[in-house]
Amino acid sequence: MSKKLFAVMSVLLIAVFLLSACAQPTEVAKFKACEVTDTGGVDDKSFNATAWKGAQDAQAQLDIEAKYLESKEVADFEKNINAFIAEKCDIIITVGFLLGDATKAAAEANPDVKFSIVDYGYSPVIPNVVGQAFQTDEAAFLAGYLSAGVTKTGKVGTFGGMNIPTVSIFMDGYARGVAYYNEVHGTAVETLGWDVVAKEGLFTNDFSDQQKGREMAITLMDEGADIIVPVAGPVGLGAAAAVKERGNAYIIGVDSDWFLTAPDYADVTLTSIMKLMDVTTFQVIKAAKEGTFAGGSVVGNLSNGGVALAPFHNLDGMVPAELKAELDTLKADIISGKVTMNPDYKQ
Amino acid sequence: MRKKDLEKKDLLKTVIEELNGGEPAKPKKKRAFWKVIQIPALAILTGLILGAILIAATSFTVYDAFKVGFFNGIGTAFAEVGKAYLGLLTGSLGNPVEIISALIYGDAQDVRNAINPILESLVQATPYIFAGLACALAFRAGLFNIGVEGQLFMGAAAATFVGYSLTGLPAIIHMPLAFLAGALGGALWGMVPGLLKATTGGNEVINCIMMNYIAYRVTTWLLTGPMTRPGTGGMPISPIIEKSAQIPQFFKTPIRFHLGFFIALAFAALVWWILFKTTWGLNLRMVGVNPRAAKYAGLNITQVTIIGMALSGALAGMAGGNEILAINRSMAIGLSAGYGFDSIALALLGNNHPVGVIFAALLFGVLKNGATKMMVVSGTPIDIVTILQAVILIFVAAPAIIRAIYRMRQPLKEETAAASFTLSGWGGGK
Repeated sequence: MSKKLFAVMSVLLIAVFLLSACAQPTEVAKFKACEVTDTGGVDDKSFNATAWKGAQDAQAQLDIEAKYLESKEVADFEKNINAFIAEKCDIIITVGFLLGDATKAAAEANPDVKFSIVDYGYSPVIPNVVGQAFQTDEAAFLAGYLSAGVTKTGKVGTFGGMNIPTVSIFMDGYARGVAYYNEVHGTAVETLGWDVVAKEGLFTNDFSDQQKGREMAITLMDEGADIIVPVAGPVGLGAAAAVKERGNAYIIGVDSDWFLTAPDYADVTLTSIMKLMDVTTFQVIKAAKEGTFAGGSVVGNLSNGGVALAPFHNLDGMVPAELKAELDTLKADIISGKVTMNPDYKQ
Repeated sequence: MRKKDLEKKDLLKTVIEELNGGEPAKPKKKRAFWKVIQIPALAILTGLILGAILIAATSFTVYDAFKVGFFNGIGTAFAEVGKAYLGLLTGSLGNPVEIISALIYGDAQDVRNAINPILESLVQATPYIFAGLACALAFRAGLFNIGVEGQLFMGAAAATFVGYSLTGLPAIIHMPLAFLAGALGGALWGMVPGLLKATTGGNEVINCIMMNYIAYRVTTWLLTGPMTRPGTGGMPISPIIEKSAQIPQFFKTPIRFHLGFFIALAFAALVWWILFKTTWGLNLRMVGVNPRAAKYAGLNITQVTIIGMALSGALAGMAGGNEILAINRSMAIGLSAGYGFDSIALALLGNNHPVGVIFAALLFGVLKNGATKMMVVSGTPIDIVTILQAVILIFVAAPAIIRAIYRMRQPLKEETAAASFTLSGWGGGK
């Protein structure tokens, strides 16, 4: 009995294979943009997701096909890139510094395939790779200036996922923005969680556990901070939840506009330090499709809109018109180079 | 074999007979092979069928087709499932049409591309073989080594350190040295819970889990601190290991097939030899089957526990070292997505036998590798394969479900005894 059933099911399974093998669809080959995520996965609400949004925007607007592969561990990077090369992708977008080595090796072995890597750059330049870097501290500087202008307790706080340059650049820019406000206005607003000189600060050492974000936020609020900037991907949502529960503090989002991407916390989101990887990714895909692709790097900054401060949305009333005007001037000053950033974080 | 060993073997037989309820073990029947593989085979088949239902049920294309009409929906469901499984199959074993045409018309690169899938499956299976052996060895000693993941991380860190810090060594010395450093790192990490169990009676399950946490944090600290790559500003990634430390890959890109696979097979053979052909292996298995009887027979349980955990840890460390030396070439956070935990189930699937572990690891490698292609061609998420693995393992762990579905007769007493032997290692006891 059992063997008969086994046989029948085996035959069924094989039939499915054969049927589908015969019914191979013949599609016109579209331009393919393929993204390999790092271990965070495509729904990390952080750089993997933002870059994927760029690819999807390209799919919608440029009549191309967008695909992604998630990496579960480091050994998957090379495998996934190879899978996309075998799939004859026209451009392969890799996300994050962890993919730096794998992307370099694949680009050098396949000089006719185009690559772009988010949050990484190569020197010397590889002719078929575009590195996407972000001068995030420029937008964070604005956020720091804003925070110092609206804080009631005279203390603001920040924490990061890990003490690595792509994270600390937010915290450093933020702290310097606060310091600049103090310098201009003669105030003494304090930034908790980041020491500009020692380059040390508060870190969860984790990019996934929201509970840790919650604990960090509670600690910072207990210390008197009423504005918190969590630079730790989804961990920051835990911080936002804690801030919402406490009810007398605000959060500043990172990477995307949290008012839109985390609507649960819209009422406590003062603004967001946006790192618009979708914009740069879209531009790179567009260049590849239109044949204007050239290896090197693109740096997103305030001037080209690669980084920006999000609108204040519901909390617009909290920001005095005078401060808004000062922010506009400051933005112009940063773009013109009148106000300079920390040279250590120059991309 | 010396006389003393023969006496011990008799004792083991007696112990097993006791477990079986006093009946002497029956001689093997002719169709033993089918009997051994029927549950895993049926579990895999059932898993694939359930997976098919899942793929169809989570596909928006199928829902859209059902809106058009019922038969349209059914047809589309079959097409979608077929597309996904065809991707799984060609992605893990290769597409015969492509291979033949590459052999006839293509150049060397085409041939490499065409045969890459099956070789890549072997690459994916390699860490599973090492980690599966680690768990199987521990289970045989009645120890539940849930710390394989941590031991793997420590092994990887040790192998990485030796791999990049020593320069100027010839490959013939450097590569084995780095590999053995990985084994040593894992062995030391595995020995700690063994020592704690042997000397203080501390439960190895709890201690292994805690050692995992310590290993994660220690390796993260190492990677962002002492072992970070210069010039990255503290990114959690190590320098690239020296060329002389790399386990060689046999072919050019994209094939990653490497010597590590054969090293894994060699260690499987070694584990088999130790377990089944040496006195010490016999002692280890006796302790595993019934520690009280083993103690009564005068065996040194303390020694077996400590060395058993250390050997298990060494194999786990090799899994990590192999990944670094053969594939990654540097260590970064996100080294493993749970080889250590998958391997527990894998050892169970392989009945804690080195040969079984190899086959189970090949199955996992095939599924994992095929999943990538499946996702590329059909958009079916890779996570489906994780569910598939889980379902298959549930069926293997609970064979009664399979027996009920396929209306098989109840197992003889000896078979249940064999199953309960496996479970005694899970803290079930006897």
